[in-house]
This record gives sequence, structure tokens and C-alpha cells, in this order.
Amino acid sequence: MPTPLHIVVCGGIVPDPLQTLEPAAPNAAFPAQPSLKNEMMLPAVLDPWAAHALFEAAHLSAQVPGSKVWLVSLGPKAKLQQVMMTIAQKAPFELVAIDGPASGFTDAFAAAAALAATIEQIPGLDRGRLLLFGGWESASRGAGSTLQMVGERLGITEQFQGVDRIAARAEGAGFEIMERIEGGRHQVSLLSSPPAVLGWATGYLPEPRNNPQVGMANMRTIMPALQRAKAAAMNGAGPSFASVRLPAVERQTRIVKDMPPEEIAREIVAWMGEE
Amino acid sequence: MGLAVKEAKTEYLRALPGDDVRQILWRFADRFDLQMLVQSARAVARGPVARLVAQGARHTHDWTPEKRTLLQAFDESGITSVFLEPSQGGFIEGPKNLALALVAFELAWVDAGAATGSLAGFLALSPIHERGTPEQRDYYMSRCAPAQPGESREPWRGAFCLTEPLPYVGVETGLLGGKVRVAEWKPGEEPVLEVNKRGRFITNAAFANFVTAAVESDDPRIKGTCMVILEEDDPGTFDHGTPTRKLVHQLSSTGDPIFNLKVPASRMVGGYSIKDGVIVPRYSHGEIIEAVFRRTRVTVGIMTSAKLLSAIEPVIRYQRTRFRGGSIASPGSPRYELGLQLKEDAVERLVEVWATGEASASLGFAAARVFDQLDPLERRRDEVLAERKLSGTAAIKARRQLQKDALEYLSGKRPDLADEVTIQYAILDSVANVLCPACKLWNTGHGAQMMREAVSLMGGYGITEDCPGFLGHKWMDAQLEATYEGPEAVQRRQLSITMADDVFLAQFREWIREMRRVANDKPGTGACALATAMQMWLWTLHHLLHSTDANGQKLYQGARQGVTFPLADALCWLLASRCQILDAIELERKGPENPALAEGLPGLTAFLTDLCHVQAARAAGEVGRICASLVFGYNRHPAWDTEGCAACYQADDLEAMEALIPGIAALARGYVDVIESDGSHVAKAGPCVRSAGLDQFSRLRSRMDGCLTGSQLAKDRAAEALTKVMIPEALDYPA
Repeated sequence: MPTPLHIVVCGGIVPDPLQTLEPAAPNAAFPAQPSLKNEMMLPAVLDPWAAHALFEAAHLSAQVPGSKVWLVSLGPKAKLQQVMMTIAQKAPFELVAIDGPASGFTDAFAAAAALAATIEQIPGLDRGRLLLFGGWESASRGAGSTLQMVGERLGITEQFQGVDRIAARAEGAGFEIMERIEGGRHQVSLLSSPPAVLGWATGYLPEPRNNPQVGMANMRTIMPALQRAKAAAMNGAGPSFASVRLPAVERQTRIVKDMPPEEIAREIVAWMGEE
Repeated sequence: MGLAVKEAKTEYLRALPGDDVRQILWRFADRFDLQMLVQSARAVARGPVARLVAQGARHTHDWTPEKRTLLQAFDESGITSVFLEPSQGGFIEGPKNLALALVAFELAWVDAGAATGSLAGFLALSPIHERGTPEQRDYYMSRCAPAQPGESREPWRGAFCLTEPLPYVGVETGLLGGKVRVAEWKPGEEPVLEVNKRGRFITNAAFANFVTAAVESDDPRIKGTCMVILEEDDPGTFDHGTPTRKLVHQLSSTGDPIFNLKVPASRMVGGYSIKDGVIVPRYSHGEIIEAVFRRTRVTVGIMTSAKLLSAIEPVIRYQRTRFRGGSIASPGSPRYELGLQLKEDAVERLVEVWATGEASASLGFAAARVFDQLDPLERRRDEVLAERKLSGTAAIKARRQLQKDALEYLSGKRPDLADEVTIQYAILDSVANVLCPACKLWNTGHGAQMMREAVSLMGGYGITEDCPGFLGHKWMDAQLEATYEGPEAVQRRQLSITMADDVFLAQFREWIREMRRVANDKPGTGACALATAMQMWLWTLHHLLHSTDANGQKLYQGARQGVTFPLADALCWLLASRCQILDAIELERKGPENPALAEGLPGLTAFLTDLCHVQAARAAGEVGRICASLVFGYNRHPAWDTEGCAACYQADDLEAMEALIPGIAALARGYVDVIESDGSHVAKAGPCVRSAGLDQFSRLRSRMDGCLTGSQLAKDRAAEALTKVMIPEALDYPA
């Protein structure tokens, strides 16, 4: 019988990717750093990579009886609450909310410090059984470093990034972990026991369907968690931004009729060479 | 103290209203169960439902395996179990009218056929829920609950089978196309009934496992009418019938089933008793459907509201991108950035569509909330009345007294009645009896017209299958929503009775005062124009109730639908506009509590206030037109005859008076009709109408015209906001 796991998933929120995301200079709402235009009014979703991590955590937790999942999320409380109305229906977890900015311009170092400090204070969390999950990337600027720093601060040295699968081995003999490496291949590692950090790529699990019964059960802890969420001090530290702008999209279209495929291929190869 | 001139910065609508805004507007910001339900229903609507529509599933009226997948999606997302109590497999405690309305809204945002399909199952259960015995409720509700983890069963699906006799598809619910007889009745045993029923246009017909069917007695041993539950495995014929060749709502199954079944008498909804050897159903079919439809019609109205609001984003995107990609607009130029939005007409018409959508949604959700309040009150009232054991004349007397007490309570004379359940029920019931038909009638009827407007804003694209947001489909679907669950005439008929109820009118008077107060605090809402229009409507109602036409016929009476129906239409405009204004005020009050809204709240409230003003002005205009035509239209126009000319000046008389009052002859010609010495007169239909006794109406009409001041400026501001609002890069469902 494998030892029950304590899985903590770090997951922030990001603006719905279908929205118009336009960087804006510091303003009254975001005086310290740039933000997105109308950022607070944009509907948000759980960061897609973190969402994969959450679904994998729930899946693993279901396979190892007695395990428990926490979702630690740093973001504006009101926005977190909206996101929870969907995410709470996907998988059983307990929310640990930290009230703070979710902007893509937030410094990863400060975010990691806030997350680690919060995780350390989770009541009943057994660090010896801890698997720290999160996204290896993020849909908000994607520094790709926050989770690693959280792990470091918690003193977890076993770190895996670009994870696509974790499987509990028979008779509690640790875990098999599959990480993405170059060339579209995976590296398989064996983890003898927690603690460990797993930065998830996309995994293989589909997004679970909404289950309102799960949502109602989660809400018993989510609403109180949102109410007692502490504000994280994130200002003052980190990089300063001289300017922010969207990457320029340049479209160069030529309409050429009856060009032979060989010629098209030659042109593409030449263009790639220029790049 | 000096006054500093401070130039206020104009705040515009920054982004389309999101969930946090809607939760405040429609009063479920404190209901996380409903917020989750919205997300669940939205995921189904913008996922499986939208994909089916985009793949062309609406091209056939047959119930296909692809369409059937929706049932599973409804089950898995919790939509199927919304109607159920937690003990029956549901997850929402208490009344569910608002919950059902939100589900209908979300599904109809993409496709109302899907919404209808989900609601039809609830409709089948509604007779059992409202009037069934406890055993019937437990049995059928739990079977309709989706399987829980570990269970391997298919939930039952139901259909509601009312149906008027073929070939008429009329509105008379007193006529039924189904018969029930006693098939077998052994002494000391439960009677067995034989039910013959042919359904027409029955939703969920293709796959229903059970049906709640309305039937009338064809046997002297059964009294009157009833509703009876038929199951697929009952002995006899349970034929799902042929699919209806409908042009709309193709994602729901509709057919003409045929039933010839033997069922135990205990399947009568609500049970029965036996008196003198006759089976007496506890409830007639009329009593049951009254309880059912008064709730479910609200959700139908809300479906059309969803269509209108769902049209905004695709139309804005179409307008802005209309000239992009061509040679006539270069990036950065106004034409490239704003496209058709450079033209005032394009954006102002969209403002009207949006204002209508907001008003109709406000009315619909207000009605749903009223029913949520009414449901528990109704049960408590039933208990109180059961304890009093009143019947016959005593019951009639008690009802009259109740009405009297309710009026006294509303007038403030009897504050001691505040906790009296029967009084509170009567007061709220009188509002529900108006809001429900008003919502069904106005949201769908006027909504269908405005949906046409939305389609027209997309140009030729609007009536293609490629139109983003499926607007063409939605336009056609709106017409069905105006028809099913009681066509417009049924709603107008109901309103013509309920809107003249004294208890309702006492509250309506208070609503007029309420709108004046709102106007005082928030002048930009158009509440003042609305209050005047409400006053005019009330004046007109009283006038019509006590007046006769030119032939001496009473004006306000049941058969005089030319009088009662337009007045019912006029009331709907007022109610929708009032609800919209109240919602906007709620947002202004509660919005600042939500930090996520703080950034854009000034622009948002300014925009929604302008929409209120636009809609109030439109409502006032409609009410003025209708009331004027009713007040004046039934009087005979004076003719150039003896009677008509009696009120005119004679030229000879004026000449004689000229000697005494110089200038009167010329002056009089400017104000009154004058018959010249040779009997000639100005060329027109007759002497001008003297509105004896109608002066007050004329003053109101004139005042109301003045109240429209500023409404077009509000429309201009709202239209400008549409050119600045940020919209997503793409629609969040396939098209």
C-alpha cells in the first residue's frame, strides 16, 4: 500500500487567451509595473499548464488512497473566486488563496517567495510526503522559473521539468516520471520517494468535465479560503520595465499562380536559411 | 467658498460585461451554486452544442446519434439534475426558477434548441414536482437523476404531453386530445385505466421513457380531466411517433407520439379519491398546467434575451473588420479600425438591440426571482389554508377578505399583516401573475423583431450559415419561442386579467413613485420618462375600465381584445424598462464592493445607464402611441354635420363680435373651426376633436414628450461607447 501523498499544486490565473491582450504602462490600478489593458475586467482562467498539473494531481491522488490535493493560487481574490466556479468542478482539492497580482509582469522571485511562505504554513502538510506540482511554463509571459524557486525555498532538491506523466510503481516503490527532452523524446526517471517538484508540460489527461457535485464539495473550503486569503507584498522588488509592447506581427503575402511544388519548397528552404 | 470648474473625464465602456457584472445585475453574486451552474452550462453550450451546430446538426429534424450525445453532456455537467433536490440527486437547495433561467440563458446563448431539450425534461417532471404525491415525486425524480459514480443505469427522460386536438394548434387548454377510461376495476383493488393520447409537437418525444399526459374522462366513472404518467413499459402502445418537420430548434427532439396504454389509477398526478363510485382526480389538468406553465414560461422568455445579448460581440467584430483585408482601408486608418462603426446608424441600431437584450434579461430574471420567493410562500400558504379547512362560500368570502387585507397592508393601514403568509403570498402572486406572461410575451415577441435587426446588421452574412454567433438560426428560433408554451394571444389574455387586479395596481402605483425617486437620484436613467409613461398607462387603464366606445359598448372587457391586448403590450414595455433600471442601480450600488470591477465601473455604469435611458424612451414612446390610440381611437371623429358644427364658430357671429372685440375674427380662426357664411369650412375630415374629459391625458402625453429630453443624447453616448469597447479576439465558440 503506497503512502498517501500530499500534493500541492501551484497555479496562477491568466486572462482568457481569447481576449485582446494589450500591454499598458503603469497606471492608477497598477502603479508599480505594467499591466494589460483593462486587465481586471478580462475574464480569467487557471493558467493552462497549472491546470494540467492540477488534473494530474487529482488523478494521482485518486490512485493513491488517502492522498490530498491543495491548490495554492496567487491572484486577485475576486478574480480567483470567478475562476474557482469552473475549476472547483473539475477535481477535488482544497484551495489556499493568496491575494496579490496575477499579472504577467509580476517578478517570479517575489511570487515564488510568497508561494513558498504560504505552503510552509499549510496546516497538516507533511513535507516528507510532498509532491509540489505546477506548470513548467505559464501563459502569462512564461518566465518558467517560479516553480523551481518555490522548490528551492522549500528545500526540495528533486526537480523534474516538462513532465508529461507520473505513475506510482507497484508496492510503493516510488514513481516513474516522464520528462520532455529535446527531439520530441522523453526521459524516464525513477523517484524513490517524495518530496519532489514536478513542473508539468501538457500531460496526457483530458480536461475533466464539470461535475457540480465535486464543485459543491470543494466550495465548502474554497469560500472560506478566499475570505481568509492574506495579501502578499509584491511591490518594490524585481525588474523595472522601460516599455512594453506586443511583438510585431508582420505578414508578407505574395500571390503567385502555377508555381511548381519544387519551386515552392526551394523558396521556403531559402527563407528559413535567412531566418 | 469658491467653486472650481472641473472637467470630468468621460469614462467609456471598457470591456463587455463579464460574469462578475451579470452576477450583480441578476442578483446571484452570493450564490456560488448558481455561479458554478452557469460555468457548467456554458461549457456545454460553447463546447458540444456549438460544435453540433457548426457541423450542421440543425440540417435535419431527425433525432440523430450526434444530437443524442447532448443528453450525456447535460447529465455530466449537472444540467439534468438542476431540477432535483439534493436528496434526489440534485445539488441546488430550495427553489430553482433562477437556476433554470440561468441554464436556459447559457444554452440559448448558442442554441435555444439545446436549451429547450434540457428544459423539456424538467417540464415533464414539473407536474409531478408541483402537484404529484410524495411517492410520485420521489420515484420519478430519483429515476431522472443521472447515475452517480459506481451506478450503471441510464437516467429516465421525460416528455410533457398536453396537445390540443388535431388539426388545430390553438390555445384553448380546455380542449384535450386525450381520453381516459376505466379498463378494469375489481372490487377492493386499484382501478386500471386505459389511456388514449395522440401528442403533437411534443419535445423529447423520440427518447422519452415516460410521459406526463393531459387527458379527459371518456367514462362516467372518472370525473373531469387529469394528468397521468405513462411509462414506456406499460402494457399497450408507446409509439414515439414521427419527428416534426420543424424549421427551428432542431437540436431538440420534437414529434407526434401515440399512446394506448393501461396504467394503474395511482399514476394520476397528485392521486385521486373515490366518491360515489367515481374516480375523482385530485387535480384537473388545468390546475396542474397553470402551476407548471406560470414558471416555465419565464425561461422561454429568457432564451430570446440570451440571443440578443449574444449578438452584440459578433456584430461589433463584423462592423469593425468590415473593410480590413481590402485595398480601401489601410491599417491605422479610421475605416480600417472602426469599419462600419464610423456610421452612426450602424452603432445606434446596435445600441437598440443591446438595450432590448438588457431589458428583456432584466425582466426575465426578475420574474424568475419572484417565483423563487413565491415557491416557499406558496407551500406555507397551502398549509395555512388547509388548516382553515375553508370550502364553498366560506372560501370565496375568505378570498375577498384576503384581497381587501392585502390592499390595506399595501396602503400602510395594516402593518400588522407583514407576517401574514396568505397576505404576502397574495401580494407577490399578483406580481408573478403579471411578470410571467409579460416576460414570455415581450421578450420573445419584441425580441424576435430585434433579432431581425441584429441579423440585418450583419448584412448578407447574417442570413448565411457562416454567420458568427449563428444569428440567422437565432432569429428563426425566436419565432418559435414566441409561440410555444402558449402563443402570444395566451399571454395577452392572461395579462388582460391579471394587470387589472387591484393588488397589482396598488403596487404599480408605488412603482411609479419609486421611479420618480430613482429619477431624482439618477436623472440619466430615463426613470422620469418611464414614470410618466407608467402614469399614462394607469390613467388609460382606468379610463378604459369605465368608458364606452362611440357605440356605447364597454371598452375594457374580455372579448374586446383590440383594447385589452394592446394595453397588455404597453405594460410589458414598462415592466422591462423598470427592471432594467433597477438592475443598473443594483450594479452601481454593489459594484464597488467587487475590486475586480473597480477599474471599469464608472464607464460600465455610465453605459448601462445610457442603455436604460434609451430603452425607457422607447418604452415611453410605445406606451404613448398605444394609449393615445386607445383613448381617442374609440371615439367617433366629429363630422361637418349639425352635431359636429355645434362646437364651431359661425363666421357671421365672429363678424358681429368683431365690433365689440376687434381682432377676434382673425384670432379665432387660428384656434377653432369656423363655418363660413356660405357654409364652407377648411378642407379636412371634420371639426377638430374636443377632448372633453381627456385633458389630463393630453397633459400627460405632452409631459411625457418633454420627458424624452436627452434620450437621443444618451443613445449617442452609448453608440460612441460601442466604438471604443474592447472585445475578445475571437468568439469563444465555433461558428
